[in-house]
Amino acid sequence: MIGPVIARDVRRALGGAAWLPVAFFLLVATLVPFAVGPDARLLERIGGGALWIAALTAALLPVERLVEPDRADGMLDQLALHGLTEEAVAVARIIAHWLTFAPLLLLAAVPGSVLLGLGAEGLRSSLAALAVGTPGLAALAVAVAALTAGLPRAGALAGILLLPLAVPLLIFGAAASGDGGSGALLLEAAVSLALCAGAPFAAGAAIRAGRT
Amino acid sequence: MKPLLRFEAVTLRRGGRLLFEGLDLKLGPGEALHVTGPNGSGKTSLIRLAAGLLRAEAGRVERTAPALSDEALALDRELPLAKALRFWARLGGTAGKLDAAMAAMGLAHLADVPVRLLSSGQAKRATLARVAASGAKLWLLDEPLNGLDADGIGRLEALVERHRASGGAVVAASHGPLGGDWERLELGQGATA
Repeated sequence: MIGPVIARDVRRALGGAAWLPVAFFLLVATLVPFAVGPDARLLERIGGGALWIAALTAALLPVERLVEPDRADGMLDQLALHGLTEEAVAVARIIAHWLTFAPLLLLAAVPGSVLLGLGAEGLRSSLAALAVGTPGLAALAVAVAALTAGLPRAGALAGILLLPLAVPLLIFGAAASGDGGSGALLLEAAVSLALCAGAPFAAGAAIRAGRT
Repeated sequence: MKPLLRFEAVTLRRGGRLLFEGLDLKLGPGEALHVTGPNGSGKTSLIRLAAGLLRAEAGRVERTAPALSDEALALDRELPLAKALRFWARLGGTAGKLDAAMAAMGLAHLADVPVRLLSSGQAKRATLARVAASGAKLWLLDEPLNGLDADGIGRLEALVERHRASGGAVVAASHGPLGGDWERLELGQGATA
């Protein structure tokens, strides 16, 4: 039942500016060497963390477009009338958002890691950490988008809500980027899973509560 | 006979204001209800309550799965009209009814026109065509006459007539007069139907 909804969300995201968060991600990654200087050893040490900060800020960009346009246009009401629960709509949105956000981000992480002077080993562990963390990031973005939909200055509010909630993901993600062999990747996966499991319920409740 | 829509002692408060209290109503197959009342008397809220999009403060609302046409377009602006409507028809599993519904609302020649180029009257016809294609027994129409020309109003009346003849029920909230035989419910004066 949610197949056509996912297909629609993916089509709309790709028709919009799916490249924008990725360009932003690369831009932030580019800024780091300018900010801390071209010391290769220092860059390699902080590179994993810098990639994560770039990923987090890039994840913030599309939040305003994730739920609000469909709420304002009555799309969410019609989906409910067509028998989809708000939670199912949120799951579809999370899957579609991940599909249009994560693969591009992983691709961009390759030039990003070069900019930060990460070696092949660093690139591999960073890619693994980003691949494991992005589903949780997508789920969090959709939940925050649903919570802030329809509010004035939703974009700024979304940042204030999303970034603190993403801290556990950031801690374990950055640690896993630095050392792929540690247990950080497993802990990151656990956080990511917990976010994926909880976000549809938070988003669904927020959509229902936001109806007028 | 099981009613398609039933309100039992429904009370609704919006923004601290009591819109109606202890409202009872029952709508069976073939019946139609015209909800009238001044601006802000709760016509749209009653429709959204019947659609299950709002929850009553007190009382019970029972209904079969409805179809809703309201001020919100809920169609993807960049798609051609037929494709945008087909998304909903597929979701409801009634894609076969879409062409007939579009023809009934006089939209067949607009099938390839992007939704963003439609006039407000054409957009209203599109939301009514979505209702007609839904196969739902219960139609909820919020201000269905808004933006419609005489031809559109005639087509809507014919659609409603056919829907009632086939055992469907309709609730319409509208200021304007609706052609045909409607029960009336006037809100905004301590209403009990």
